[in-house]
Amino acid sequence: MNVLGKVVAVGALGILAACTSNDPSDLGGGFGNGANGGGLAAGSPSDPRSPAYFQQTVGDRVLFAVDQSTLTPQAQTVLQGQADWLLANPDFVANIEGHADEQGTREYNLALGARRANAAREYLISRGVAGNRLTTVSFGKERPIEICSTEECYSKNRRAVTVLTGSTLG
Amino acid sequence: MMRFLTSLLLGLTLLTAPVYAQNGPLRLELDQGIIEPLPFAVPSFVPDSPAAAQYAQDITRVVAADLTGTGLFREISSDAFISRVSSFEAPLQFADWKAINAEALVTGAVNVSGNRLTVRFRVWDVFSGQELGNGLQFAGTTDGWRRMAHKVADQVYSRVTGEGGYFDSRVAFVSESGPKNQRLKRLAIMDYDGANVQYLTDSAAIVLAPRFSPTGDRLLYTSYETGQPRIYVLDVDRVRRTELNTPGGTMSFSPRFSPDGRSIVYSLIQGGNTDLWKMDLASGQSVRLTNTPAIETAPSYSPDGSQIVFESDRSGTPQLYIMPANGGEATRISFGQGRYGTPVWSPRGDLIAFTKQNKGRFHIGVMRTDGSEERLLTSSFLDEGPTWSPNGRVIMFTRETQGASGRATLYSVDISGRNLRPVRTPDGGSDPSWGPLQN
Repeated sequence: MNVLGKVVAVGALGILAACTSNDPSDLGGGFGNGANGGGLAAGSPSDPRSPAYFQQTVGDRVLFAVDQSTLTPQAQTVLQGQADWLLANPDFVANIEGHADEQGTREYNLALGARRANAAREYLISRGVAGNRLTTVSFGKERPIEICSTEECYSKNRRAVTVLTGSTLG
Repeated sequence: MMRFLTSLLLGLTLLTAPVYAQNGPLRLELDQGIIEPLPFAVPSFVPDSPAAAQYAQDITRVVAADLTGTGLFREISSDAFISRVSSFEAPLQFADWKAINAEALVTGAVNVSGNRLTVRFRVWDVFSGQELGNGLQFAGTTDGWRRMAHKVADQVYSRVTGEGGYFDSRVAFVSESGPKNQRLKRLAIMDYDGANVQYLTDSAAIVLAPRFSPTGDRLLYTSYETGQPRIYVLDVDRVRRTELNTPGGTMSFSPRFSPDGRSIVYSLIQGGNTDLWKMDLASGQSVRLTNTPAIETAPSYSPDGSQIVFESDRSGTPQLYIMPANGGEATRISFGQGRYGTPVWSPRGDLIAFTKQNKGRFHIGVMRTDGSEERLLTSSFLDEGPTWSPNGRVIMFTRETQGASGRATLYSVDISGRNLRPVRTPDGGSDPSWGPLQN
């Protein structure tokens, strides 16, 4: 119950900001772990038009193999769902964050994260989402969500997360 | 009569003395594979007044710490001393220093007048009883006492080894605190030995990889303050930063100065692909240096500015390449097992330091510029990001420990692979950039 309350509160802040800003990028800066990062997670997960539904039910992230930026069939399924949602909710824009695990140098991982974010973006565009709704950013290995140093954590850190950064509703 | 070469330290600007004329027979040859550190004695410098006493003691300790910190020198404890040095001018009893096996002896005196501090010193070859070089003095303000101590130690190092020193230098780095998934990073600068830490940014945005200009007056670094990684240049003295305008791409990172300080080479991401570009700082104009679908990053100039070594995965895995400074055909130089990254050209021009990842371990290594004679200096869960001391004898790098409580610490290691040691910083530390010897 407590958790739900927190999500709603963060979401409410996000909506408020969206209404007072013409620049959706003002809401950016999420680190691909939902409410912690400042991206939108508004509304109830049971409302299919809500960012919370996008994040939790559609799935906001895809995972990659070691040193890879190619999309697995599973990732393509998730991205298809994201594309469908974005097409059905044309007022939203998104920033796709690319991340790497800690195995690799800082520089290489920044470049690798950019490849991953771009792979997700290209796929969404190929499914009809307008490119000007999709920005990318790489965090390299700077923002893992799991902090152990085993493959169990690494596999979750090698990710591209589609963070809804705002609504174009004025 | 001993002649003193005098150099004046005005504020923090120091006019260096002419190079000393002759060398004595005492000489530590650094390329001969030194196993036994050279024993030396440094009796506390003689204060000329009670006001100078603490400075004299502190300066002596820093000189000793600089020398022993190299792993090339071993200090003989003052408990073993037979002679006392109570006057800088009095003749030395070399037999007393021979008897305790001191091969080098450093004597000094400290004068304080108001906030003005003068340090005089001499370096002696105990066995011949000859002075190494000439007596020298450094003068400046009292708050610059550590720098004067480093200057003295640089002279001792230089006179005994015949090579340039590195103690009067600074290191820029990223100060890290907090857990791995919420790490706070701030740009910081300190003396090479970890003293005098000064923070240059707050931790509101992620900052990465500061890189000193050749003269040490500016730092390039990468910050996420706009939400995207972008390159900034910071005036070190004024702590004023400027965003650099990179063309047609949202993300730029991994910048490094050219040896003349007038241009930079960096990575720019366009459409998910990372290439190398070069920017003329005066005009702000950038030109592309590489154009491949591979990742090209971590560029570093040769000291003469004619070539760039960088990392590319065009072969399928990250490897090291050298190309002309204006772009053009690149030659692969790394052929060993594993993945190579973050190459940095030695200031002496002879070696390239790099990060190597192989079989689940990370190493700092060096190789010749043609890729031959690869040697790995370190091995750990995660070592990366080497930077060279000004004389090309020591490498500093980041070591990150494993697991949920993993923490980043700066380490240094001699290019022989010996003398691996942590560099103390108030919090965690990463991405060191070793600046030039100060003037």
